[in-house]
Amino acid sequence: MSLVEIENLTISFGGRPALSGLSLALARGERFGIVGESGSGKSLTALAITGLLPDAAEATGVIRFDGQPLPTEEKAVAALRGHRIGMVFQEPMTALNPLMRVGDQIEEALRLADGQRDVGALLQEVGLEPGHAKRYPHQLSGGQRQRVMIAMALASDPDLMIADEPTSALDVITQRRVLDLIAEICNRRQMTLIFISHDMRAVAALCSRIAVLRAGELIETGPTSHVLSKPQQAYTQDLVAATQMTPRPHVDRGQRQALLRVENVSRSYARGGFFSRRQPPLLAVNDVSFEVGKAEVLALVGPSGCGKTTLARVIAGLDSATRGQLTIDGAPYHGADLPRDRRADISLVFQDPFGSFNPRLTLAKSLAEPLRLRPNLSPLDRDNRLIEAVETVGLDRAMLTRYPHEFSGGQRQRLAIARALVTRPRLLVLDEPVSALDVSVRGDVLDLLARLQSQFGLTYIIISHDLDMVAAMADRVMVMEAGRIVEAGSPQKLFADPQHSLTKALVAARLPDIVAA
Amino acid sequence: MKTAWMRHPGLMIGLAASLAFALLGLLSLFWTPYPIADISIARRFAVPSPEHWLGADQLGRDMLSLIMSGTLTSFTVGASAIIIGAGIGVPLGLAAAIYGGPVEWLVLRFSDLAFAFPSIIIAILIATLMGPGAANAVIAIGIFNIPVFAQVARGGALTISTLDYVAAARLAGLSRPAIALRHLLPNIASLIIVQATIQLSIGILAEAGFSYIGLGTQPPQTSLGLMLKDAQNLFLIHPWLSIAPGLAIAVIVIALNIAGDGLRDVLDPRLRRQEVGRVAG
Repeated sequence: MSLVEIENLTISFGGRPALSGLSLALARGERFGIVGESGSGKSLTALAITGLLPDAAEATGVIRFDGQPLPTEEKAVAALRGHRIGMVFQEPMTALNPLMRVGDQIEEALRLADGQRDVGALLQEVGLEPGHAKRYPHQLSGGQRQRVMIAMALASDPDLMIADEPTSALDVITQRRVLDLIAEICNRRQMTLIFISHDMRAVAALCSRIAVLRAGELIETGPTSHVLSKPQQAYTQDLVAATQMTPRPHVDRGQRQALLRVENVSRSYARGGFFSRRQPPLLAVNDVSFEVGKAEVLALVGPSGCGKTTLARVIAGLDSATRGQLTIDGAPYHGADLPRDRRADISLVFQDPFGSFNPRLTLAKSLAEPLRLRPNLSPLDRDNRLIEAVETVGLDRAMLTRYPHEFSGGQRQRLAIARALVTRPRLLVLDEPVSALDVSVRGDVLDLLARLQSQFGLTYIIISHDLDMVAAMADRVMVMEAGRIVEAGSPQKLFADPQHSLTKALVAARLPDIVAA
Repeated sequence: MKTAWMRHPGLMIGLAASLAFALLGLLSLFWTPYPIADISIARRFAVPSPEHWLGADQLGRDMLSLIMSGTLTSFTVGASAIIIGAGIGVPLGLAAAIYGGPVEWLVLRFSDLAFAFPSIIIAILIATLMGPGAANAVIAIGIFNIPVFAQVARGGALTISTLDYVAAARLAGLSRPAIALRHLLPNIASLIIVQATIQLSIGILAEAGFSYIGLGTQPPQTSLGLMLKDAQNLFLIHPWLSIAPGLAIAVIVIALNIAGDGLRDVLDPRLRRQEVGRVAG
């Protein structure tokens, strides 16, 4: 008998359906994946099963848990959640109480569930030490916090665990470990899992059956291997294809002339607090030297907090190096003192397309902002530059009169690239240019970047933790750890034969390709 | 947008009541049922009647006319104090947010200092120096408003200045004041409007207090606080004379507070995004 049965579930907000006519059945012990992009209704499905839908939602349809329809009264649903369903959320920092020791939080979950185990056993099961119980959430790393969340979800010996994007806030290495942990626990306990993610590869690595959702509709469902090797619907085919990056055509130009030279650059932050004198300053970037040739694509990879974004900000002129010097095309600078007439040569594209435009300005105004750096342009030339930039990134010039909220994430990232190009820079620094985008548009944005690069002979510095993207785009890769560059080389060589332990860990954490050979 | 306004009946009620009182006050500029300086012993302590809707006070002045005129004084004083407070406080707060360092330290210490002085002490100080009057109440409340607006502007600006479009503007070579004007101010405007509504109600309450202790509006002009003061000796015999202006003050302050809360719900993008965020995915 199935553990969870969903029949014709429709959820709408103010008459607008967010999920329409979803029917699913989950067998006991099954690992079920729900894949979809933002707005597909995948999280709503999870909330509906746990009876946690927001008040504004109107739901019709039947959800049966273990043969019984979900109770309507709040207390009974809470008991069901406490005893039989465990949930793991996306952001472990906000899901844990910052003022409680994690051991106490696990104990609370045990008490509510009348669980038979003790805190130590649960911690051990999720791969933490008993000593971790005495710590507060901020004293744990992101991966450890997510393990604590999993321990809390396991407290009641649930029949069903729902994991909603449990790894998307974690870096690649930790992501792989948490996924492996979830798989191991499910195997050991014969627990049913609903795994919700936008990441096809993560779902493929973990789940035996998957459902693909799009804009509230079920597109396709079936055994994982079947859906992935023979996707029936065009949308699924696109999603599967998007996990495969087509490499940018590499042109070997031999020895390149250096465009940017970074010499012994360090960026240190004084640590505050009463005992600041005792603490050495934090070195975010530690004595880094390298060169970027003209028309080269250089990638900077490393775990979060390794200093790659700080380095990018120094190069772009938002932050200053505390030691060392940079040279762009012969002109020396240290960061924020980048000469005004050189600022137009370097552009920065930000990670989050939603924060990179002022919501109160039209796109024409936002895009024209960098043109202040080219003061001798006539108004007509300015307009032409804007139109050229927008059309270069494949958008329509009519969009210039509109406001940012009218555009999707992918379109905004194109517009951010257009803004970066409007001064006709020579060096583009791209900070995680696609990681905030839905999978299906990532490929488009990367294709665009590759096309612009060959068309205008641009030089890129790409910051990323996504090795597949880096392998497809970069001519040269540098691996950073704790402010230092620990390894560098061409992506093919580096990923085939990693030398440094961090590079090895990064390569090992890559999720397996899903397209069957 | 329309639905957002409809979903907040409190906002509609609060705004409607505040506007009604403000219009009533404005109307007193051009017309009141009776001139407020019109003293008539014959009709003193008149009870509410068709001629005098709210009755007359101990000098035979028409209560409705007095309340209309007093409401105007309250709104004028409250609004002028906001103009002083926001006019000085918002630039200070923005400067603190964009320059940081010593500028921020100075602004913060200044606002600590201004917060530490209750506005009543400032009012007494000003009254001692320049004599009591409505203008002095404006200055005293205005000074009290400055640190409030400075802190709101600084807090809002700090949140926004971490966003990427501010970094993009810095890369585009905009000066800090230009960034504050172009990117920060428009995006904290809603915060400031909400705070202004709340400060207006506080200002009206403070004006009533100053007039009541004799530091604010002076006769022959009138204000709601002054009416309370004049009526207090007669409270046991003619309670209505105190209740009418007192009720007017209470209703105005409550209406403005409800309107402020409603405005925050509608305008604050963070609350709105949260609502959407919970639904998305």
